[in-house]
Amino acid sequence: MTAALTQLLHIALVLCAAPVVVGGVRWLKARMMGRVGAHPLQPWRDLLKLLRKRPVLADNASWISRGAPYVAAAATAAALALVPSFARGMGFAPLSDLVLIAGLLALGRVALALAGLDVGTAFGGLGAAREMSFAALAEPALLLAALCFAILAGTTSLEGIAVTFQDGSVGLRVSLMLALIALCAVGVAENARIPVDNPATHLELTMVHEAMVLEASGRHLALWEAASALKLTLWLALIAAVFLPFGTAPAGFAPLGWLIGAVLWVAKMAVLCLALAAFESAIAKMRVFRVPEFLGAALLLGVLGAILLFVSTRLA
Amino acid sequence: MMMSFGTPAYDISHLLGGGVLLLSFVLLYQRRLGAVINAFAVQGALLACAAAWQGFVQGAPGLYVTAVIAFGAKAVAIPLALRLLIGRLGLHKAVEPAFGIGASLLAAIGLVGLSVMVVLPITAGGVTPLARVDLTIALSVVLLGMLAMIARRNAISQVIGLLTLENGLILGAVGVTGMPLVVELSTAALVLMVAVVAAVVVFQIRDRLDTLDTSILDRQRGDA
Repeated sequence: MTAALTQLLHIALVLCAAPVVVGGVRWLKARMMGRVGAHPLQPWRDLLKLLRKRPVLADNASWISRGAPYVAAAATAAALALVPSFARGMGFAPLSDLVLIAGLLALGRVALALAGLDVGTAFGGLGAAREMSFAALAEPALLLAALCFAILAGTTSLEGIAVTFQDGSVGLRVSLMLALIALCAVGVAENARIPVDNPATHLELTMVHEAMVLEASGRHLALWEAASALKLTLWLALIAAVFLPFGTAPAGFAPLGWLIGAVLWVAKMAVLCLALAAFESAIAKMRVFRVPEFLGAALLLGVLGAILLFVSTRLA
Repeated sequence: MMMSFGTPAYDISHLLGGGVLLLSFVLLYQRRLGAVINAFAVQGALLACAAAWQGFVQGAPGLYVTAVIAFGAKAVAIPLALRLLIGRLGLHKAVEPAFGIGASLLAAIGLVGLSVMVVLPITAGGVTPLARVDLTIALSVVLLGMLAMIARRNAISQVIGLLTLENGLILGAVGVTGMPLVVELSTAALVLMVAVVAAVVVFQIRDRLDTLDTSILDRQRGDA
C-alpha cells in the first residue's frame, strides 16, 4: 500500500517536473548568454497547446508514424518511473534494474528512428542513421557504467546501488569517477545536447534528434517533446540517484521524510540543470564525425573503470 | 596510517592518481596544441596535489618539496614556456596524429591492460590490492606517455609525452614510503634538463627543416 502510494507520488512528481527541467535548462542557458529567455514553464504551455491539435500526417505514412510517438513516450515514462527520486521502496522497486532502464531507453530510440524513416524523407532517414550510429557506442558505455556499479554494489538494481553508495562503505573510487564521466557523456549524447547535437537548431546539416521529429505535428509532436523531456529528466535523476544518494527517504510510510527527500531532489536536479546549462554555454558543438570519437572515449573510460575495479576487488 | 578503501587517506590519493591517469587520456584525445598543453598543466597540478597529500599522510615533509617543484615546473613554468615557444615560432595550432584519435585511445586501453598483466604476477601474494592499483595507475601513465610520443608527429607533443612519462614515474615514487629527498631533487633536475634539451632540439629542427613534423627526420638518417 505504502509502496503503491510512493510510486504514484513519484510518477506525479517526475511528470510535473519533466517539462520544467527542459524549460529551466533553456532559461538558465538564455540567462548565461545574456538573453531574457522564455519562462521556465513555457514547455508546459507548448505541450498543452500541442495536445489540443490534430496531427497532420503525410499521405504515405503507415501505422508506424501513428504508433511510434505513443511507444516512445510510454517507454520513456516507464523507465523514469523506475528511477527513485524522493524515496526508496517504491512499488516498482524490484524492477528498477539498470539493464531494464537501458532496454526501455533503447525501445524509445527504436520507435524514434522508425518514425524518422517511415515517411521516407531525407532528413528523417539521415537523423535516424546518425542516432543509431551514436547509439551503437552510447549503449555499451551505459552498460559498462552499470557493470562498474554492479561490481561494487553486487547488484544492478538501482535501489541496491543507491543504498550501497549512500552508506559510504564504498569510498571514493577512481572507477566511479570514470563511470560518472562516461555516464555524463552518454547522457549528453542521448539527450541530443551540445556538443553532440543542438536542441535549439533547425539547421539541417547539424541536427540529429530534430531531424527525426521534423514530420511530426499536433498531438504526436507533443508526445515526442514529452518523451525527450522525460528522457532528460531521467538522465539527471539517474545521476542524482547514483552519485548524490543522500537525503532520500528510506522505504516505509514517512511523510516528513518524503517532503525532505522531495525538496532535496528538487535541489539536486536544479544543481544538475545549472551544471548542464553552464557546460552547454561554455563549449561549441562538435562536428558530427567527431561524435563517435567522443562516445568512443566514453566507452573506453567505462572499460578502464571496469578494468581498475577488477584489479582492485576481484583478485584479492 | 593503515590505508584501505573507505579511509579518506587512501581514497583521496587514489582519486588523485586516477585523475592523473584520466588526464593522460585527455592528452591523447585532444587535437589542438593549446588544449594539449592545458591538459599537461592540469596533470602537473594534480600530480603536485597527489605528492602533497602523500606528504601529509606519510608525515614526510620532503614530499612537500616534491609537490612544490612539480607545481612550479609542470603546472606553471613548462606550460608557459611551451606557449611562448608556440607563439614565437608561429606554429599552427593543430596536432597531426600519426594515427587516428580512436586508434590511439584503443591502444591506450590496451596499454592499461598490459600494465595490469605486468603488475598482477609481480604483486601476487603479500601485497594489498591497493598497492596493486596504485602501481597499475603509475605504470599506465608511464606507458601512455610513451604512446603519446609515438602517436604524435609534432615535436612539441612528443616533448609533452616525454614529460607525462616522467609524471608517471613521480606518481609511482611518491606512493612509496620512505623515498629519500635526494632522489626527488635529482629527478626534478633531470626533468628541467630534459625540458631544456627538448626545447633546444625543437629549435634546431625548426631551423634546419622549417617544420616540427618529426616524420621528416627519417630522411636525415643517411641510411636510406
